[in-house]
Amino acid sequence: MASTIRVRATSNGDTTEVQALIQHPMDTGLVKDAQGQIIPAHFIQQLTFEHNGKSVFVADWGPAVSKDPYVKFAFKGGAKGDEIKVSWVDNKGTSDATTAKIQ
Amino acid sequence: MIRLASLALALAAISIAALSARAADKPDPVGDAKTFQKFFTDKFPKLKPEDFVNGPYSMNEDLHRQWEEKEQFPPYEFALEAGKEMFSKPFKNGKTYADCFPNGGIGIRQDYPYFDEKEGKVITLELALNRCREANGEAPISYVRDDMASLTAYMAYTSRGKPMSIKIPNDPRALEAYQKGKEYFYTRRGQLNFSCATCHVQSPGERIRAEILAPALGILNAMPIYRSEWSGMGTTSRRFTTCNSQIRGVPLEPQSEEYRDLEYYLSYVSNGLPISGPGARP
Amino acid sequence: MPLSHPSRRLILQGAGSVALFGLGVPFAVPALAAANDKYPEEAFKQKSDADAIKALYGKPHEASDKVKLDAPEIAENGAVVPVSATTTLTDVTSIAFFVSENPNALAARYQIPQGTAPSVANRLKMAKTCNVIAIVESGGKLYSATKEVKVTVGGCGG
Repeated sequence: MASTIRVRATSNGDTTEVQALIQHPMDTGLVKDAQGQIIPAHFIQQLTFEHNGKSVFVADWGPAVSKDPYVKFAFKGGAKGDEIKVSWVDNKGTSDATTAKIQ
Repeated sequence: MIRLASLALALAAISIAALSARAADKPDPVGDAKTFQKFFTDKFPKLKPEDFVNGPYSMNEDLHRQWEEKEQFPPYEFALEAGKEMFSKPFKNGKTYADCFPNGGIGIRQDYPYFDEKEGKVITLELALNRCREANGEAPISYVRDDMASLTAYMAYTSRGKPMSIKIPNDPRALEAYQKGKEYFYTRRGQLNFSCATCHVQSPGERIRAEILAPALGILNAMPIYRSEWSGMGTTSRRFTTCNSQIRGVPLEPQSEEYRDLEYYLSYVSNGLPISGPGARP
Repeated sequence: MPLSHPSRRLILQGAGSVALFGLGVPFAVPALAAANDKYPEEAFKQKSDADAIKALYGKPHEASDKVKLDAPEIAENGAVVPVSATTTLTDVTSIAFFVSENPNALAARYQIPQGTAPSVANRLKMAKTCNVIAIVESGGKLYSATKEVKVTVGGCGG
């Protein structure tokens, strides 16, 4: 099954810029469906980015992060062809992970 | 807020063209398109013609910045990917969507809708897609969202940058469909008594409650769209039906004749402007 | 102009070449979590921004013009508000965003290891017009920037 994670990592001199878009409902648990039932909270809690076995960015998220969440950051180091490992875990214990190459 | 004086002037500018066409007893799409485009480029002299396809984002700086940020990694990304996959997946009988369309369905969105002279009606891209499905033993899909939006998102993407190229054949029925679409556009309806023109010709860039109105010029070029309000994708049909509801009118069935004729008219008068779909909107 | 931005043409090709071979690589989630700060469960449960800041950091913050918070004047839609923060401060270990009138004020907290730029862009939900607060932890002290973002109920749509 295709990953929920889309990553774009681009090398710019000695800096690598990373953007990620993740397919996830990020339900707050405060919204009712058409039948009037609460849609349970379902959101990514932690999202991690690793390069060369080292953590370069960690996102701690609550349900106030938008649906299909997006994040952008940059770190020093990383060269074209290097791999970035991205993984997340949500409040239901579901997780997903992917690897992307720096362009 | 809508000001009566400019409302009257704006209506006059468009009506003069309409009235002279009526007086001559022959629709003049070429003249209409010229007048239509000139009205908007005169009203917004700082905009280039291609800017109009960005709807409210070309009308307001604050909105534009939010849009630019989101376009870095747009919300329609997943629908677009799904659409590409769907488009190439064969039907149960082994055929694909490519078999139903010229050029395998790639880079053709700007030719839709077109007037089918055999059937004597306007065919939209969505209608053509469902017909393709049914001709190949598949059940039709909803016209307003989900799979249909994903498919049209992909097809629009393959046409990005190409100028809208709607044709009106030299057939009185085609001219009639065009003219009916135009009349629909300018006719007031619903409890709020708004026509499409009330908002999108008379008040582009102004606010209706808290939202900035898009200009009618190029308004379909970004279809299908991911609307923040929907938290999801929608087609032209979705927007037409929801707008009818919002002005407290009775929405028609998606792909009803009036909507197809409306799409025909609106697309034609935006000829020359680039396809920008799939798009994002507030 | 976004339409001609080169990276957008690569969306489909890019998605293929850049992503998608995480399967087969076992990611032990508990091990990952141990390498970073624990998920701040308590802070996310707090209602007001003052309580959330207290739960997350337990120390006061001071406004600083060295923290730059970027957010719109009027959100296009409260469901997706692009918000970003950057700072010229050094020795930054975290950046957090609070939306003061949300049911729970803490929206997101980003851990910034050494070598990562003190800058982050994200998209947040805002329930109504209120302040967005960015807090930067630099050298163990907290610095903040605040901006009011107007959130309206949509009209007919553009």
